Amino acid sequence: MSSTVVTSGSEGKTWGGGNEPLKASYGKMMMWFFIVSDALTFSGFLAAYGFSRFKFIDSWPIADEVFTHVPFLHGQELPMIYVAFMTFILIMSSVTMVLAVDAGHHLNKAKVTFYMFLTIIGGLIFVGSQAWEWATFIQGDYGAVQTKGGNILQFVDAEGHRVALRDFVVAEPKERTQHERKSGLWFTSESALPTYTVEEVIHGLEAHDNVLVRTQTLTEEGEKTILSRAESLEIIKANGKQVVEGANLHVNEYGSPLFADFFFFITGFHGFHVFSGVVINIIIFFNVVLGTYEKRKSYEMVEKVGLYWHFVDLVWVFVFTFFYLV
Amino acid sequence: MAQDHKLEILRGLVKFKSNTQKIWGVLILLSIITAVEVVLGIYKPEVFMGHLLGMKILNWIFIILTIVKAYYITWDFMHMRDETKGLRRAVVWTAIFLILYLVFILLQEGGYVFGVYDNGYIKKDF
Repeated sequence: MSSTVVTSGSEGKTWGGGNEPLKASYGKMMMWFFIVSDALTFSGFLAAYGFSRFKFIDSWPIADEVFTHVPFLHGQELPMIYVAFMTFILIMSSVTMVLAVDAGHHLNKAKVTFYMFLTIIGGLIFVGSQAWEWATFIQGDYGAVQTKGGNILQFVDAEGHRVALRDFVVAEPKERTQHERKSGLWFTSESALPTYTVEEVIHGLEAHDNVLVRTQTLTEEGEKTILSRAESLEIIKANGKQVVEGANLHVNEYGSPLFADFFFFITGFHGFHVFSGVVINIIIFFNVVLGTYEKRKSYEMVEKVGLYWHFVDLVWVFVFTFFYLV
Repeated sequence: MAQDHKLEILRGLVKFKSNTQKIWGVLILLSIITAVEVVLGIYKPEVFMGHLLGMKILNWIFIILTIVKAYYITWDFMHMRDETKGLRRAVVWTAIFLILYLVFILLQEGGYVFGVYDNGYIKKDF
């Protein structure tokens, strides 16, 4: 494009690099080159997610039941609302970025500065939202029991609404305490112990007639299977192994541990891209403020980081679909 | 420069006067698509729960809408519309071909592994 002002003294020399069939500068083509390879990395992750999901197609967690939280609206079930908000923030910051690029074409320094600033703010809001989403996911909500085979048993009432462990299980005083570095062998430690033991869950289940067990298996209608009262007690006594609260890379109260692994890996990798995008945007922002591109008479650097920033948005559109919608 | 932007979207159905206007137009389009996705995701209309080619019709709708969004982000925000044909094809066709290939292989294999579990050759429910 004519806005590209990169001169190397090779103009007109057809065999000396003067021929530009793609009419794009070196830097921009390299950014596209990077974007294609990064797109392949992300599609590798998403395809691996698809593989695992097809492998457990009859027992995969339902995203609508996992991501139901919105900040400041505690205790309400609002699936998708917060992710939709995050998506909108990212698209919005893409728009301010493309407006900055457009202002750059008109060599309007003040406008480029303003729009770059808004883009950075949007990026920060997005990364913050993602941190909140992670924290909520890790902390968990209802708690569940994991079986010997690694399956998850959750609890519902007679109407099929989820019941949290804290609502029907009573924790008894325990001998066993969490092993910390300061209280035992200094070179080992362990993660926090679950609040309840499986025995306590069994006692709680026996004491509450209206609580039933829900397994991972999906029915024909795509809902989780709810067991009868007798089956509930039987399965938990025969197979219950440990209480799971929240999610990490080993266990996951929402269902298959693979779901949590992919969630951390894919949204984490995307969040890392957003974070680096914000850092790069800040660097370019200061260059704009200092007038570097004003002197160069070309804002092409803004266009290049813009390409990266839009790519991050593009990836999020796919993560949104495959993690939260499908 | 601004004058070499192509200012029509939806195959010339909507034409914009300036590049800035086109950007806002594309934002409105993307927001509408996202809103439709969210509403469909929350209410899950019974009409779209049938199966087509091994997947729910609703899921196909989500995937198609996503690709539409991806198209407008790439074409208008990343200015693919204004690049030469060569650059456009080198980027888009390469990525699409490799991604389709990978997705096909992995999903095929995932379905096969599911079959192995499902036919009871490996016990996993205990």
